[in-house]
Amino acid sequence: MSTFIPPPLPSDDKRWKIVNGTMRKNGFARNALIETLHTVQSSFGYLDDDAITFVARSLRVPLSQAYGVVTFYHYFSLKPPGKHTLTVCAGTACYIKGADKLIAAAEKRLGIGQGQTTSDGKISLMVARCVGACSRAPVALSDGEVAGEMTGDLMLEQLERWAVE
Amino acid sequence: MTIEELEQIAKSVSQENAKYDFEVNVCMDLACASQGAEKLRDALVKSAEAAGKSVLIRRTGCMGPCSSGPLVRVDPDDVLYKRVNAGNAEAIVGSLGGEPVPELQCDLSEHFEKQVRVVLENAGHIDPEKIDDYISRDGYKALLTALTEMTPNGVIHRITESGLRGRGGGGYPTGLKWGTVAKAGGDMKYVVCNGDEGDPGAFMDRSVMEGDPHRVIEGMALAAYAVGASKGFVYVRAEYPVAVARLTTGIREARRRGLLGNAICGTTFNFDIEIRLGAGAFVCGEETALLASIEGKRGTPKPRPPYPAVSGLFGKPTLINNVETYANIAPIVRNGGKWFASMGSDRSKGTKVFALTGKITHTGLVEVPMGIKLREIIEVIGGGVPGGHTFKAVQTGGPSGGCIPAEMLDLGVSYDALMKVGSIMGSGGMIVMDDTSCMVNVARFFVEFCMSESCGKCIPCRAGTAQMHTLLTRICLGKGTMEDLDLLVDLCGTIKETSLCGLGMTAPNPVLSTLKYFKNEYIEHIVNKRCPAGVCNIEAAVPAVPVEVLA
Repeated sequence: MSTFIPPPLPSDDKRWKIVNGTMRKNGFARNALIETLHTVQSSFGYLDDDAITFVARSLRVPLSQAYGVVTFYHYFSLKPPGKHTLTVCAGTACYIKGADKLIAAAEKRLGIGQGQTTSDGKISLMVARCVGACSRAPVALSDGEVAGEMTGDLMLEQLERWAVE
Repeated sequence: MTIEELEQIAKSVSQENAKYDFEVNVCMDLACASQGAEKLRDALVKSAEAAGKSVLIRRTGCMGPCSSGPLVRVDPDDVLYKRVNAGNAEAIVGSLGGEPVPELQCDLSEHFEKQVRVVLENAGHIDPEKIDDYISRDGYKALLTALTEMTPNGVIHRITESGLRGRGGGGYPTGLKWGTVAKAGGDMKYVVCNGDEGDPGAFMDRSVMEGDPHRVIEGMALAAYAVGASKGFVYVRAEYPVAVARLTTGIREARRRGLLGNAICGTTFNFDIEIRLGAGAFVCGEETALLASIEGKRGTPKPRPPYPAVSGLFGKPTLINNVETYANIAPIVRNGGKWFASMGSDRSKGTKVFALTGKITHTGLVEVPMGIKLREIIEVIGGGVPGGHTFKAVQTGGPSGGCIPAEMLDLGVSYDALMKVGSIMGSGGMIVMDDTSCMVNVARFFVEFCMSESCGKCIPCRAGTAQMHTLLTRICLGKGTMEDLDLLVDLCGTIKETSLCGLGMTAPNPVLSTLKYFKNEYIEHIVNKRCPAGVCNIEAAVPAVPVEVLA
């Protein structure tokens, strides 16, 4: 039986070493697939075909299965995020307090749907399933920063600031 | 680590704390932190230095009444301040040793009076990143006592005696589950903590993991000792980065102190914990789906039996409990099963943490004894509905639960009572709705959630939720017919009875409960083409949250 030799790193980008580190820590076990994909996404911001192929080959998981996992979980993204990300929480408490109106207003202002990025690559609009800050509903996250009791005006102001940057 | 060493640590912490004249605790939970609690803490440190006072400034987990945040509690006087910002730091430090600052004082005695704190006993009192703080409040005492003085069966007996039931929502007797795993054969067993708090509108588990991580670790270690497991996994949502960080620190500290690892407390008991990140799939709250996800696969549920207790993670016997269940274990082992069973109602013992949100004055985390009336939670603890609006319904159990109308507010909160009225206990989200909430729209919101979260494995759930969504959208747009209602009821029955896992089986609950208690609102939409709450945009006919239907 020949010993398994993992494929070489896709490029000399240092971030691949971080990805490889996660796999090594887990002994290149197949069950480390999700953990490794998390590392790729936190290092690169998203998962592209090269990354998925590299991880699948390294862990000896069929490419179809790796792709299946990536598309099954909402957290993984196949597209690079914009420079800034506005995330509107659409959990129950936020919804009751008008999150749907916030989402509609942001969509109208940016001219994109949820999960999309403006054509200039500046702003991504995401909708979260609940960030657990329900007591301050409705909540929006500007680049991950939680802001509670969000109003349409406050949100549009933030979008304007990003747009003129 | 021995019990004597543990007591030594507790003693040195209290000696250290006694050096200070005052303690100022700053809540650093998400709600307070997002309103500048970090800046406030820095300002307090600076002010204390400038004033030359000896003050211990501590960052703590969630204190409870989030709507009054950022919160600060001054000890030993036990004065609570609300809506504090960095600019108030000087006034607070100046008041130490004298009269409290009147304009910041927070009088929530009614809010706290009815609460009983077991799971949240340390919340607001310890620094979550300091294991010694936890130890100073009897932390890890239960684990070491159990390891040295109790048999595994003794621990299980104590949990059975307490009457504790699963806090993830199912309500399965915890002692019974532990007993099954303990009896299962095999040399390798796992203990898994379900921290995949997916219910939108619930954040109890997040607060416990962030505010008191060692409580979860100790509960898991006790469980592992009782069932004979040597390896544990905590499955946490990736959306909770702070919880992940706190647990990581907690596990590292516990290892350093010899409370995790090999030969814990000089016994033959070995146990260690690893963290696994979720990736945003609600269905992973279901136990078999969660295990698949830990194994690195798509989170799709499997038919049971075999139950995870017999064949779970990697095919080995596995114990799965929710964060809050584990958080109850240490106090039960420490104080005895009878103590726990003395709280709560007939078949639901102990306390329950609820995340009180929506149209209510005091939003936040509350812990109440089981059996307490919903009215007391909403009107007394929660302070009622603000803004002159009237209470319409309270939603429990998230997308698997139902809406309970005003006439049923005198219901005592227990697993069985909530089930009887068509809702469920769930993990503990409690969302209050007033006259500005449309119940048809709320039902549609939950069905839309279940539709997009359905894993797609079984047809009743995958196609059924999509059909329910179509019908509800039609009604919301004023294009529904009375026949649609009959069809909806029929469809709900089919989905309930034929779905594979809990997600599908409970997905119709929000529809059935609103149809039962608020049928007039459905009829109003259909017959008179108007939305009584003014939420549904019947004219424009644009769905509020457009989604792709993948049936």
